[in-house]
Amino acid sequence: MNDMTGLQRIERKPTNQRAPIYLDYQATTPCDRRVVEAMLPYFSDVFGNPHSRNHDYGWAAEEAVERARGQIAHIIGANEKEIIFTSGATESNNLALKGVARFHKGRKNHLITCVTEHKCVLDSARHLELDGFEVTYLPVQANGLVDLDQLRSAITDQTVMVSIMAVNNEIGVIQPLKAIGEICRERKVYFHTDAAQAVGKIPLDVEDMKIDLMSISGHKLYGPKGIGALYVRRRPRVRLEAMISGGGQERGMRSGTLPTPLCVGLGEACRIAEAEMGAEGERLHMLSDRFYNAIMAALPEVYLNGDRERRIPGNLNLSFAYVEGEGLMMGIKDLALSSGSACTSASLEPSYVLRALGVDEELAHTSLRIGLGRFTTEEEIDFAVERIVQEVSRLRAMSPLWELAQEGIDLKSIQWSEH
Amino acid sequence: MAYSTKVVDHYENPRNVGALDKSDVAVGTGLVGAPACGDVMKLQIKVSADGIIEDAKFKTFGCGSAIASSSLVTEWVKGKSIDEAATIRNTEIAEHLALPPVKIHCSVLAEDAIKAAVNDYRAKHAVGKAKAAE
Amino acid sequence: MTRTSIYLDHNATTPLRPEAAAAVAAAQGVVGNPSSVHGFGRAARRVIEDAREQVAALVAAPPASVIFTSGGTEANTLALHGTERRRVLVSAVEHASVLEVAADAERIPVDRDGVVDLDALAAVLVMNERPALVSVMLANNETGVIQPVAAVAEVAARHGALVHCDAVQAAGKIRVDPAALGVHLLSLSAHKLGGPPGVGALIVNGTDVEAQLVGGGQERRRRAGTENIAGIAGFGAAAAAVGVEAAQRAAAARTKALRGRLEAGVMAATPSARVIAADAERLVNTVCILTPGVPAETLVMALDLAGVAVSAGSACSSGKVAGSHVLRAMGLGEHLARQAVRVSLGWTTTEREIDDFVTIWRATAGRLCAGFAMGATAGPAEATAAA
Repeated sequence: MNDMTGLQRIERKPTNQRAPIYLDYQATTPCDRRVVEAMLPYFSDVFGNPHSRNHDYGWAAEEAVERARGQIAHIIGANEKEIIFTSGATESNNLALKGVARFHKGRKNHLITCVTEHKCVLDSARHLELDGFEVTYLPVQANGLVDLDQLRSAITDQTVMVSIMAVNNEIGVIQPLKAIGEICRERKVYFHTDAAQAVGKIPLDVEDMKIDLMSISGHKLYGPKGIGALYVRRRPRVRLEAMISGGGQERGMRSGTLPTPLCVGLGEACRIAEAEMGAEGERLHMLSDRFYNAIMAALPEVYLNGDRERRIPGNLNLSFAYVEGEGLMMGIKDLALSSGSACTSASLEPSYVLRALGVDEELAHTSLRIGLGRFTTEEEIDFAVERIVQEVSRLRAMSPLWELAQEGIDLKSIQWSEH
Repeated sequence: MAYSTKVVDHYENPRNVGALDKSDVAVGTGLVGAPACGDVMKLQIKVSADGIIEDAKFKTFGCGSAIASSSLVTEWVKGKSIDEAATIRNTEIAEHLALPPVKIHCSVLAEDAIKAAVNDYRAKHAVGKAKAAE
Repeated sequence: MTRTSIYLDHNATTPLRPEAAAAVAAAQGVVGNPSSVHGFGRAARRVIEDAREQVAALVAAPPASVIFTSGGTEANTLALHGTERRRVLVSAVEHASVLEVAADAERIPVDRDGVVDLDALAAVLVMNERPALVSVMLANNETGVIQPVAAVAEVAARHGALVHCDAVQAAGKIRVDPAALGVHLLSLSAHKLGGPPGVGALIVNGTDVEAQLVGGGQERRRRAGTENIAGIAGFGAAAAAVGVEAAQRAAAARTKALRGRLEAGVMAATPSARVIAADAERLVNTVCILTPGVPAETLVMALDLAGVAVSAGSACSSGKVAGSHVLRAMGLGEHLARQAVRVSLGWTTTEREIDDFVTIWRATAGRLCAGFAMGATAGPAEATAAA
């Protein structure tokens, strides 16, 4: 257990002249070395099946799993009995939406979510629509936040659940969880939140925020990939139908042999994040301010997407007007970042999240997501700013749109040929 | 997504970036694509009295393949007559740059840009001839 | 481990093979999300695609047919829920993850050795013309009995039924080839063959499945969710390690010899014991020992105190004190079904361990069997039933 100082650097391929800088912490985070250290014994030495209830190997594994469950519960103010291990936030979200809806089928048939949710929440909702559920997709305001009055008026006596994410994966904005929780509790509707991007980054408390279900991801908080959790409230009890059954593990809500090392990794990741959240949050705040201020000082016509204040410090989503995002990414190959959500950037469509904020399609095409995290350094930030400024300036010089704008021509006045 | 070395070369060292005077009667300008679709190309050609393209410039808003496609066609059209230039097909561009299927539309846009520039040049001259005939 | 030193519960989980440990460790250094287009993401994608080829090679299938999941249980769920077939037939000895997913499935009976009854299968299929899905495991986790899956597939094919095969226990121990077996879907689990826990796969052969976890488009839109890179890398390495056919044959011969030694020692120490399905075709690593009169829970606990880890049934249900559904399906009564322990050998098992196990067995089981045999003269029903 050396190198406990958090000075982990992301290893870079020696073949590159200048090592690329990782600025894609919303796509995934590297597994913290302390987490890896904590996991390793459970791959080999303590390898038992945690469900083997009659020998030491099984007990040792079970004990480790239960310790991890406690660590996960602690970071969100829950009881360890309320934590269900899953294979990741995608499964947690699928289970929360489909599991709760299907359990209540026949009694209640309405679900409320929001247009900027992660794809797996939206796809789960679409599947429920095919099954006969009604789904309300709330719009968001220009700052990316849901309108509480619209939420209030969307709830009917048929509504079983409201699912609103804690932090958006593309634009980093934090939804008003406590206010949403209060509305839901008052109207006796379950409140589920996809907190994959939030856990370990902002304080969360399921009691204070009146959250009934919460999805957690391992690999978004410096834990391993392939593990996640779903918080399921016990009092008042949330009922849901399992999606993976057979074995009866996880209180019957999720069967399958628990992967002990991954559970341990998620627990340790939560423990570290909880211990370091305050200091790390301030550090990231300082770094993202440094980044933002330097970019804004050097380049005109750069726009921040999402609320300036109510956002996690590790995310900046910027539109560099008149420079197409993918073209820009190609020029800054020494920076690893994303021009949209990792899951969808292989497609050529502009981000549906940015479109939902009312960002023009042309501006949506010019946006980059800059994700900062635990191993980002000031030096990396300064280098990233320098490279982005250089490349945006070069590409603007060859952009016909920039030229037209400089001539004072309104791009909207031009009759563009669609193709 | 891995880009071919030719795309990377044109992206990093684009040929003939810039602008020609669009009010010049010897200059044809094509502006194709749409900002909302994520790519816009502006291609300009300067045509000599005997109908040969003696200069070409471009500006492009788009991905690396779009920039490479437009950079490439500025090289190809130079020295050609406007009729020859108008016969350049997108498939030749795509093949030369080894564009993957999702980027074929960039080559289509480049072909459109040549045609638009040639048409603009011809339109100017049709007007010129019409005026001369009056 | 503090007390336990002889691990003979490899069917519950088997220790990570060194090749898999190395792959898992190497993959910890992989930073990116495999869906990201930048270099970090592409490196992560490469790790997954290499592992996919290794897993595909283990089952002689094309890489595109491998859908990575979070384990065997999810693979079974995906197979049973992901096909459109509303009519499902399962053997009575399937793993709980199949039986519970298909709770209203028609059960195909098995014979005394736990082998699925092909005539019964044909009879059930012919009763109803609705297109069916038949799910029969390749090898049983509790008894090791190998099912005639190719014959099942032939019968199924005659009735236009799809076949799913849970090969979780079989893979790595015997040849698994979905195309040769004629099955359309086949489940695998990494941690049963020396890979890490938390990863498995569903192999599709000539059919497709509808995703049950949606939203992300991974695994060719058949299973959403950011991939468990380290787990998948470990799975691939373990599959490669067990997959070489010569290695597999040598390991099987070695294990079979060890099990023979164990069975002989057990029978000599406790003559009243008998091996379940002794004459059936079984996995060479598995032995299910019936100890008439001795509750399995008692024996397993006594063995654990003496430093031996075995199991009283499948690990998933061993928290519950119900008799094994597998043994009951084989015609053993409720009492006897609670009097069988499973001893399963693995790649770490040594001859020394087997000899030590037999010594400990003689001391613990020998004493218990003798004690219960004496009690039997007083006439408890279960001892009579055992006779």
